[in-house]
Amino acid sequence: MSVRMSDEDEKKITELIGHYPQKRAAIGDVLYMAQQNFGHLGPEVELYVAGLLDLPVTYVHQVVSFYNMYLQNPVGRNLIMLCDNVSCTLCGASGLVEHLAKKLGIGPGETTKDDKFTLWTVECLGACELAPCVMIGEKLYGRMTPEKLDEALDAVEQTDDA
Amino acid sequence: MPEVKLIKRFIETENGHRLREFESAGGYGSLRKIIGEGWDAQQVIDILKASNLRGLGGAGFPTGLKWSFVPKDIEGPKYLVVNADESEPGTFKDRHIISGAPHLLIEGAVIAAFCIEAEDIYIYIRGEYYEPARIMEQAIEEAAEAGYIGEDFLGSGHTVRVHLHRGAGAYICGEETALLSSLEGGKGWPKLKPPFPAIKGLFGKPTIVNNVETLSQVPIILDKGAEYFASLGIERNGGTRLFGVSGHVKRTGIYELPLGTPMKELIYEHCGGIRNDRKLKAVIPGGSSCPVLTAEQAASINMDFDSLAGIGSMLGSGGLIVMDETTDLVQILWRICRFYAFESCGQCTPCREGTGWMTRIMERIAKGEGTVQDIDDLKEVAEQIMGNTVCPLGDAAALPVVSFLSKFRADFEAQVGPRRVHAGAVVTQAEAEEN
Ligand SMILES: Cc1cc2nc3c(=O)[nH]c(=O)nc-3n(C[C@H](O)[C@H](O)[C@H](O)COP(=O)(O)O)c2cc1C
Ligand code: SF4
Ligand code: FES
Repeated sequence: MSVRMSDEDEKKITELIGHYPQKRAAIGDVLYMAQQNFGHLGPEVELYVAGLLDLPVTYVHQVVSFYNMYLQNPVGRNLIMLCDNVSCTLCGASGLVEHLAKKLGIGPGETTKDDKFTLWTVECLGACELAPCVMIGEKLYGRMTPEKLDEALDAVEQTDDA
Repeated sequence: MPEVKLIKRFIETENGHRLREFESAGGYGSLRKIIGEGWDAQQVIDILKASNLRGLGGAGFPTGLKWSFVPKDIEGPKYLVVNADESEPGTFKDRHIISGAPHLLIEGAVIAAFCIEAEDIYIYIRGEYYEPARIMEQAIEEAAEAGYIGEDFLGSGHTVRVHLHRGAGAYICGEETALLSSLEGGKGWPKLKPPFPAIKGLFGKPTIVNNVETLSQVPIILDKGAEYFASLGIERNGGTRLFGVSGHVKRTGIYELPLGTPMKELIYEHCGGIRNDRKLKAVIPGGSSCPVLTAEQAASINMDFDSLAGIGSMLGSGGLIVMDETTDLVQILWRICRFYAFESCGQCTPCREGTGWMTRIMERIAKGEGTVQDIDDLKEVAEQIMGNTVCPLGDAAALPVVSFLSKFRADFEAQVGPRRVHAGAVVTQAEAEEN
């Protein structure tokens, strides 16, 4: 992996920096872009981002490790975030975890052998009225049941295989 | 009493997230009025003060008063920051505003920026809100094209720029000083107050941080008048708020009701009562940090800041979590403890160590391995956290523990010591489906 984004992306970064009086304030967006490009934020990527923003690499690493959505390690192609906070637990989240264990053979924090899915149990997703909630990639699914979860995973697999 | 749909009217407008529909529903009228008629900031602030609008992000601080703290006679930039981090378990109202009425938020934010003389507005939106962020981005573009924001907006001679900033998954960034640290490009570490953000905030400059819903009420108050808004609520608690109800009610969702509405009315009339017509066991009244209420308390309390504070709880974010008689409160408190331990920023020892400690004790109790001593230790750890930390997350972690233990001690005692009972799942999947 050559750790460099396209010229176009680097230009976008200049634009992002323009939103703030200090360059380093753009780090959040730059990390998201880097993650899109490289999948996760390993040491080489941290070094690259540090260079882009004139920051010490240890600083970048501290930021990356503070936030949950920056991936320090690779995950499967589709990240399943299953909320098991209070409202979702009250409405059956644990049944969904059990269902995924049966269906995909993975528990929280694990990835399927074919690298297709990673399961995370996560904190409240801000959609408690739709409990239990699951996010797959960027899409939120509410009032989940094992059947609806199957449907959602099937739909993801179809685009994944295509 | 039926809902009073001040904000919800816009959310329920078909395609209300688009500029044209928002304008047709009367949107941007208040901004046009104050600019067109040449109002000054003090006029707006006086109206907000008279309206009794209080911050709807959790703390309930009077909004007009907060804006008046920004120094007027100093050089240099000032900032308005919109807190759209919404991560308090049980809270989801801001998502409905951002997705359904983003222009209402922009209108309120621009009015706020005008009042505090800020030229930059940062909307800090939680990272998991992908779709709401896209809707917000589109609304910002529409508002810029129509001249509601930008240089010399509406011919006002003022400039305002709106920036959308995505968070990256850290509950603590909802706390305003942590949010500012994060926005500056750092870890989301809270800072000691004072200095308050109004004096020294973002990039060291005077900054107001307001919640999404608070700002969205501003154009409505300017449109309908302070007296009307104040008269909806009760003394010192003006207007309506979006109560978000989740858990074991028949109809979960957001309900816009005047402050002071009886909780009973919200749960039994608007939400249709408890699922499967079971009995109510407990209610968390305003996001998971708020001390839990018993069914008896829920039956008699009114939903406003002062009434809930009066019984030792809080109105918080207005997110109610309703639990029926089948709920295993031991499992729930364990889950709450895990949340705060996971989200503690780790900066202060009592919070960092205490939240972990409480979680381990709760785990023991929940797995049927606890003792009566554990219950007492738990309470003691919680009490040692309270009041000894940089930010209120420490208290937020301790208060649920203290309240669950004092109000439902029997539930905990039933699962420790000689009378150990293994808890099991809170709700079986079959039961969830039945609902
Ligand atoms: C741990 C913690 C988390 C918070 N999370 C949020 C949040 O997600 N959204 C919010 O608006 N306020 C949140 N607050 C409250 C903010 O610190 C701040 O009081 C609020 O944004 C001020 O806006 P308001 O006056 O309009 O309510 C949180 C506070 C604490 C202590
Ligand atoms: S109370 Fe907890 S979250 Fe707040 S600053 Fe201290 S360690 Fe961080
Ligand atoms: S508790 Fe699951 S979305 Fe809020």
